[in-house]
Amino acid sequence: MRRLVLPGRRPASERAGHRSWLTLALLPLALAAQPVVPTSITPDPRHSGLDDMSPALQALQRDDSLNPALLWVQDGAVLWRSATGGAGKSCADCHGDPAKTLPGVAARYPAWSTPVNAGAGANADATADPTAGQPLNLAGRINTCRQRHQQAAPLATEHADLLALTAYLGLQSRGLPVAPPTDARLTPLRAQGQALWGQRLGQLNLACSHCHDQRAGARLGGAAIPQGHATGYPSYRLEWQGLGSLQRRLRGCVVGVRAEPFAPDAPEWLALEAWLAQRAAGLLVETPAVRP
Amino acid sequence: MADAAKPRALIHLPASVRRGEAFEVRALLGHAMENGLRPDGFGNVVPRDLVTRFECKLDGVLVCAVDLYPAIAANPYLAFWARLDGPGLLRLEWLGDNGFAHVETRALVVAT
Repeated sequence: MRRLVLPGRRPASERAGHRSWLTLALLPLALAAQPVVPTSITPDPRHSGLDDMSPALQALQRDDSLNPALLWVQDGAVLWRSATGGAGKSCADCHGDPAKTLPGVAARYPAWSTPVNAGAGANADATADPTAGQPLNLAGRINTCRQRHQQAAPLATEHADLLALTAYLGLQSRGLPVAPPTDARLTPLRAQGQALWGQRLGQLNLACSHCHDQRAGARLGGAAIPQGHATGYPSYRLEWQGLGSLQRRLRGCVVGVRAEPFAPDAPEWLALEAWLAQRAAGLLVETPAVRP
Repeated sequence: MADAAKPRALIHLPASVRRGEAFEVRALLGHAMENGLRPDGFGNVVPRDLVTRFECKLDGVLVCAVDLYPAIAANPYLAFWARLDGPGLLRLEWLGDNGFAHVETRALVVAT
């Protein structure tokens, strides 16, 4: 091994002594290894809103015997096993126990809905799907299943049963990283969501990014401004005293900046949801979370 | 409202309890706890609908009783300790406005 001597640095390296000699000797090695340095040594600047809450509220989320959202999860487990609709089938008849068959599924939504048995020559089934070839969030996926396989009416966005089923499925992904699909068909939707995230809205003329990117960690009145990672929906909010969807939370912010919210079935909500999933990729799913 | 139509509760007990030892009971009831002062989205006052009383009996003996008032938030959570002396049949009862009554019974697993 050859000792590197940098002319201008000599006095400093002499002061530092033996350790500096070793560092300099290893320098060419370190430079060569630079492209494969793991990115994990850089701390992730993102963190969940859970970290911004008081210890008491964190305990409320973390302890399943305290978390009130588990009431809805309990309902969801019952609904999962109950037959409904014209087909007289339950979710469990096809999917079985979601703890075994569907872990990590909630972490991948919104996703592109592909027709069941596509490519297997079952074109009749593909045409029967009213939302084939569309992006869907988890609640939308549940409603599609209801229509197609249970021949039941779709549930409204904030319907207690839909929240219960979504929370029950979300729980099966708790602790797993948010993993938005690498599906190119979702790219325009994410781009639309990202554009909406940065678009000024309402009489207050604020974009989502003004608070949740630029002023995250500061306070708005008495409340801490979180980074806005939607990792725990449907969530139990103390303000709502109940479980609510991400769309309900987003609507609260849109009304908060004194803008007129989009219609309940508007594609803008899904676009924002798709962008938020991409933005929170790798953070852990917390469903069902508790928030102030 | 779906919540009022089907009362539901989450009850957490230790996996097993020894005779003569204290154990913790945690009970969470799904209930709106409307205080009768709140306006709804149309400006009309939502009628009062509260759980007003909780009683827990262990083998027929009252071990915990709670009076609940309008300032308590929705989905009231109660936790308390009791000591097991008998066979270990737990009966939890919530009573409230408009004839609300919900009973849950649990048989404790007694460690031998």
